Amino acid sequence: MSGNGDLLVVRNLKKYFPIRKGVFSRVVAQVKAVDNVSFHIDRGETLGLVGESGCGKTTLGRAILRLIEPSAGEIAFDGVDVLSLKGAAMRRMRRRMQIIFQDPYSSLNPRMTVLDIVGEALHVHGIARGREREERVKQLLERVGLASRYVNRYPHEFSGGQRQRIGVARALALNPSFIVADEAVSALDVSIQAQVINLLVDLREEFGLSYLFIAHDLSVVRHISDRIAVMYLGEIVETAGSDDLFDRPLHPYTEALLSAVPVADPTRERARIVLTGDVPTPIDPPSGCHFHPRCPLVEKICSEVPPGVTDAQNGHTFRCHVVARQFPDEATTPVESAAP
Amino acid sequence: MPEASVSSETPAGAAHVGSPLLDIQDLKTYFHTDDGTVKAVDGVSFQAWPGETVGIVGESGCGKSVTALSIMRLLPMPPGKIEGGSILFDGEDLVTASPARMRQIRGGKIGMIFQEPMTSLNPVFTVGNQIEEAVRLHLHLRGKEARDHAIDMLAKVGIPSPEARVDEYPHQMSGGMRQRVMIAMALSCHPKLLIADEPTTALDVTIQAQILELIRSLQSELGMAVQMITHDLGVIAETAHRVVVMYASKVVEMADVKELFGRPRHPYTRGLFRSIPAITGGHDRLQTIEGTVPNPLEFPSGCKFHPRCTFATDHCTKHEPELLDLGEGHLSACWLTDPSGPMYDPEKVS
Repeated sequence: MSGNGDLLVVRNLKKYFPIRKGVFSRVVAQVKAVDNVSFHIDRGETLGLVGESGCGKTTLGRAILRLIEPSAGEIAFDGVDVLSLKGAAMRRMRRRMQIIFQDPYSSLNPRMTVLDIVGEALHVHGIARGREREERVKQLLERVGLASRYVNRYPHEFSGGQRQRIGVARALALNPSFIVADEAVSALDVSIQAQVINLLVDLREEFGLSYLFIAHDLSVVRHISDRIAVMYLGEIVETAGSDDLFDRPLHPYTEALLSAVPVADPTRERARIVLTGDVPTPIDPPSGCHFHPRCPLVEKICSEVPPGVTDAQNGHTFRCHVVARQFPDEATTPVESAAP
Repeated sequence: MPEASVSSETPAGAAHVGSPLLDIQDLKTYFHTDDGTVKAVDGVSFQAWPGETVGIVGESGCGKSVTALSIMRLLPMPPGKIEGGSILFDGEDLVTASPARMRQIRGGKIGMIFQEPMTSLNPVFTVGNQIEEAVRLHLHLRGKEARDHAIDMLAKVGIPSPEARVDEYPHQMSGGMRQRVMIAMALSCHPKLLIADEPTTALDVTIQAQILELIRSLQSELGMAVQMITHDLGVIAETAHRVVVMYASKVVEMADVKELFGRPRHPYTRGLFRSIPAITGGHDRLQTIEGTVPNPLEFPSGCKFHPRCTFATDHCTKHEPELLDLGEGHLSACWLTDPSGPMYDPEKVS
């Protein structure tokens, strides 16, 4: 856990979705979408969150903003316990935490003009009305690279990249200090994607923003993130500085994930670790280490005991029984008392 | 640790001996809409030799999928219409082939995999039924023979316990498994050409690696040609032998994969390469191609890339460059690379 720079500290966060069946809607099972996740994000820092579909990264992003109510755990934002906030206090907190969604088509209301989409929050929070609100929206549009004369247009009049810029402007409207970017560039074409990534980087510098950048494209995540957390079946299995993670992946899942990325260089020959099978269902995750059925290094202990968190120095942590043996015993915190 | 070497060894077909399996010449596919004519494919020519993988790369709306649908004659007609050109496949022109003949070729000599494995499988039939349908029609197998063939194909694409899964419905399978079923179906009649339209775009990287590996190994086993359509330059680099770059309904550059990635010549291709972040690191600002892909109803005059091109001059706005061979099968459609043109300056783009 780092020092005073923390903007967001998440401890042992859980989000379980109950599966109900029968006449009395008895809970028959739980989908453990996010299971005991702990991490922190410093001021001005970008934490990349990667993992395959269904690993819980989107649920985690939404649970932090309480768009989905977490089942258990702690979220401290700028020293404030977010989960204890109610009503008006939570609404005030939301001014500081915003989200950009993946799909620029479904995340904008087709019946609202850009003025209303971007300016809605200004109205709701009583920050600006009328002319003042319009001026502020125009400024925001200019800032994200759209002409201010577009203010009265509707979403269908824009291309995918432009719509995503509208989504960015909406997130910026309340001067937040933290933005969850949930696959914010995934739906865009390569040349447009680069424009939006550059915009996000510029805004980070200009407004001192912190991002939780959720994406499945590892090259994009490496480009934009200071640190990266790798998720598998609801748990964070490895966290490290972004170059450190790519140069020295310690968890076998991270290693397999990185080796699976196709590289735009036909002369490069490399060994690829092809994982067998799919991500198992989070309803009944494998015992012990969730990754053991697909792991090339699997041993007997892996299916019996959940691995603790091993500290590999420089903020690089991972959870693997086998790799942990390369490190001194005291580097590993067993799972029962695992602190973030 | 199961390791597979990723290599791009030259296939038998790369020397281009004999005649091409697929020879597309000056293909023009237009859509006649109420708002005007959309020239979705406008004078596209390329070839594919047996055993070769031809990558087709470009952004959304560039015409890469319409090219594939034209080959399969799966365009909605109207509004779509093939207005000109020829598609010679195995010596036969598909543009003029009868609908009955096309039904024999489709799924028989040409297999196709689509991007979205959920919507391209029929949800009310078992996967076995769907594979058997193809082999009944094309290979004339019946009953147990057809079923056994379906089970063999499922085993070949790496589906565990195929005898059990042959009776499952698509919704009982994961995305990666469904895409394997699509591949099993496409390959069940031993096609000579496999058209794969963004086959891994909807899949996770670890599953993508499995599927690409599978296509590669089946290709060398069956000796078929593959047309790999994707926007992902990484996928192209790892699978294709030759690459066709499309922009605004036209081919702008074509070359051997190593040549294209090592020495891209067209400003659009060069811009594309520079706008992807390198997985090998570096946090420098990404270079972008300014602006957006033009609306096909109002394509710019002259070179269609000129409004976004940093080298564009007056000449580019008025005259359209031709796709010319710069030597060794490297083709580019740019005034800067046209030796007989007034703007010839290859230094700028090398």
